[in-house]
Amino acid sequence: MNELTKRERMAMSRSEMPARPADERNSDFGEVNLGFTAGLAVLEAQRCLMCRRPVCIEGCPVGVQITEFIDLVAAGDFGEAAKVIKRDNSLPAICGRVCPQEDQCEGACVLAKKGKPIAIGALERFVADFEREHDLMHAEPTAIRTGKSVAIVGSGPAGLACATDLAKLGHDVTVFEALHELGGVLSYGIPEFRLPKEIVAAEVEQLELLGVRFVTNAVIGMMDTIDDLLDEEGFDAVFIGVGAGLPRFPNVPGENLIGVYSANEFLTRINLMKAYQVGSDTPIFDVTGKAVAVFGGGNTAMDAIRTSLRLGASTATLVYRRSREEMPARHEEVEHAEEEGVGFQMLTAPLAFLGDNDGFLTGMRLQAMQLGEPDESGRRRPVPVPGAVTTKDVDMVVIAIGNAPNPLLAKTAPDLEHTRWGTLLADATTGRTSKRGVFAGGDIVTGGATVILAMGAGRTAAASIDEFLRTDDWERSVQ
Amino acid sequence: MFTILESRDLAPSIRYLRVAAPKIARRRKAGQFVIVRVDGDGERIPLTIADSDSTEGWIALVVQGVGKTTKAINLLEAGDSLSDVAGPLGMPSRIDEVGTAVVIGGGVGTAIAYPTAVALKEAGNHVISIIGAQTGAQIVLESEMEVACDEVYVTTDDGSVGYHGFVTGKLSELIDEGRQLDLVIAIGPIPMMKAVAEVTRPCAIDTIVSLNPIMVDGTGMCGGCRVVVGDETKFACVDGPEFDAHQVDFDLLERRNRAYATFEHQRDSDMQAAIDLQSAS
Ligand SMILES: Cc1cc2nc3c(=O)[nH]c(=O)nc-3n(C[C@H](O)[C@H](O)[C@H](O)COP(=O)(O)OP(=O)(O)OC[C@H]3O[C@@H](n4cnc5c(N)ncnc54)[C@H](O)[C@@H]3O)c2cc1C
Ligand SMILES: Cc1cc2nc3c(=O)[nH]c(=O)nc-3n(C[C@H](O)[C@H](O)[C@H](O)COP(=O)(O)OP(=O)(O)OC[C@H]3O[C@@H](n4cnc5c(N)ncnc54)[C@H](O)[C@@H]3O)c2cc1C
Ligand code: SF4
Ligand code: SF4
Ligand code: FES
Repeated sequence: MNELTKRERMAMSRSEMPARPADERNSDFGEVNLGFTAGLAVLEAQRCLMCRRPVCIEGCPVGVQITEFIDLVAAGDFGEAAKVIKRDNSLPAICGRVCPQEDQCEGACVLAKKGKPIAIGALERFVADFEREHDLMHAEPTAIRTGKSVAIVGSGPAGLACATDLAKLGHDVTVFEALHELGGVLSYGIPEFRLPKEIVAAEVEQLELLGVRFVTNAVIGMMDTIDDLLDEEGFDAVFIGVGAGLPRFPNVPGENLIGVYSANEFLTRINLMKAYQVGSDTPIFDVTGKAVAVFGGGNTAMDAIRTSLRLGASTATLVYRRSREEMPARHEEVEHAEEEGVGFQMLTAPLAFLGDNDGFLTGMRLQAMQLGEPDESGRRRPVPVPGAVTTKDVDMVVIAIGNAPNPLLAKTAPDLEHTRWGTLLADATTGRTSKRGVFAGGDIVTGGATVILAMGAGRTAAASIDEFLRTDDWERSVQ
Repeated sequence: MFTILESRDLAPSIRYLRVAAPKIARRRKAGQFVIVRVDGDGERIPLTIADSDSTEGWIALVVQGVGKTTKAINLLEAGDSLSDVAGPLGMPSRIDEVGTAVVIGGGVGTAIAYPTAVALKEAGNHVISIIGAQTGAQIVLESEMEVACDEVYVTTDDGSVGYHGFVTGKLSELIDEGRQLDLVIAIGPIPMMKAVAEVTRPCAIDTIVSLNPIMVDGTGMCGGCRVVVGDETKFACVDGPEFDAHQVDFDLLERRNRAYATFEHQRDSDMQAAIDLQSAS
């Protein structure tokens, strides 16, 4: 137990996440953060004030029992700590790495005001890694079988979380994934240097041990429709977690030049198809010694620009139309990007991309912006500064200005209601859609959000699916 | 794993493969394609479903070995397998009863056009097919087309078989003869499709082409397959692959398909060296 007094704990400084040196890591795809050692983890856990009203838990979208698990870490009982976290979050090794903690658990921590919030994410990651590395993950299929079966469409965090809970409740679960690999954005979007793919694979393996079936290369809507799954394949319920994977383009001249990628294509070629490895069959634009610009300010933009450095770009510039404070990316990613040599050009938007006669990108025309009145999102809207246009040489550009829901599935299921933004309509507390037996959650419902929110939605839906399968009552939980 | 049930040569470097894929066989319509990976490290490439049998549960692919992946596929024999086959993808061909339809296939494009010709015939059209290649040995599916269509014309660039000249030459002849042509579908190399579009444009014959941009996922997720049709950017894998020939920006497509030319060339010569080594030993 924690023997220190409150005063002593307050006096301790925050343990910082050990990371590889910037000039070493920016040329390979090995993980940047090294993780806490057991000693650092215990030290950091001892700093927690064990608040009577733990506001940190309120800051976590899935309500991880932060005080309980940190207390176990402080006591050195890491295996038990992992079990506590997993009651609420089935993918802690992933969330510990990618949650925007500063906006969630750590942002809410009482010590945040002093700039020293407990490193909850790092502790969560440590505990989960400890469990995996010490072979303590022991999923076992539930003995009681309900005889009911559920189809899950999409293997991103929403689908995986939903599958976990349903399998534990004794339902037969089959996950259908369009790509040849499982994990959704965790596999094709977030790079190896931030989330090693072996961690995603280990989570999937746990699900297989729980008895979950995975079918890859299954593009639902094209191969089987939702109706086929329910009527012909005999599934009792369907969960849709297909994400928001349709890339947006700025709609400016020259955006179809060779060398202009969507972030999805660029990152898919790198992460899913391993184009960065020597001998890979999938090509990627050769940026060795060249100038790269990425447009956007979110995690996707950070991932793309940091990847381009690792491919050998001589200059890597992040171009964002608002100011630095408005960038939605995790703070740690922005800091890491800066350390690694990324240049930031704020308050700038693309006007046109310029190319040569063979259709290759050679330059870009940029418009300087200034912040005007606040828009619907409450952020000040960027407006062009009259006449402030510049032209710059560039060899490769990645567009990372956001994704919209992919209409592929919706087109083949006309009885699923969706919003005018293309997201599926689903009740927030039950995941129930307008179609009986069909549930949805994650980015396909919210639009591009976060891993933890997608997971939470998957779990909410799982509870509601279980209730539906037991009662056969569709209307009851619909608000 | 998707097992290859049959694999045989149709012409030099063009191979016909039957692959066990019951779900895809059941759903697929003319004009749709699959994304294939040969093995665990392979790239994803699109291939049109040339034929299928839903009761026996197979789809047929006709593959022209132009680079590493297609050559690797064409080395496979019955009993081997492809690690991934995803589909059916893309919008099916629009099959209407229009009267007289001309289906033009260039090289391996004939195999891609074949299911569409069959479907147009079944829909009650008078179907004329024009199938072209550089030389007679490269003509594929001629007898299948003979069965499916009302009229079949073969053209070769070197005149070794059939009409001496390009498919567009034969098409112009039909137009000049005053034949009423209600729809033209052209599938083949980009210069051929572009030339067909120019032949039918002055007489305003509805013309459809099947575009072949470089693809990755084939589900609308990456945008790598973008093409410009009538000043609008489209994703060929989900909005196509068939589009109005008179609206397509062929030059852009041609340029974009050369994006990785250096890489592909290197990879192809490595592959060819491996094939040569194998056949030498
Ligand atoms: C590059 C990048 C970096 C990010 N970084 C972070 C981060 O650091 N922290 C964070 O919290 N969030 C991050 N996000 C956001 C986060 O990844 C997403 O919010 C989250 O993955 C959404 O989960 P999901 O399960 O709803 O969908 P996805 O992860 O998108 O998974 C959906 C899956 O469904 C499959 N699918 C789609 N259509 C079909 C179909 N018709 N049939 C079968 N399968 C289908 C897709 O192939 C995909 O595998 C990032 C996103 C990107 C793109
Ligand atoms: C919807 C669609 C359906 C297709 N159907 C068939 C089919 O049924 N049979 C068939 O043989 N081929 C088909 N193709 C073309 C096939 O996908 C390409 O030939 C293949 O991707 C080339 O891969 P590779 O590794 O063998 O050669 P690469 O090394 O990638 O390329 C070799 C040469 O082919 C060119 N090339 C590259 N990609 C394409 C492409 N997508 N289309 C045309 N040329 C390309 C390159 O510029 C290069 O000159 C189709 C393409 C699309 C988009
Ligand atoms: S799941 Fe995310 S938000 Fe919740 S405690 Fe863990 S790191 Fe914090
Ligand atoms: S708010 Fe901070 S100090 Fe308080 S219990 Fe939570 S993590 Fe510990
Ligand atoms: S191939 Fe990726 S969007 Fe068409």
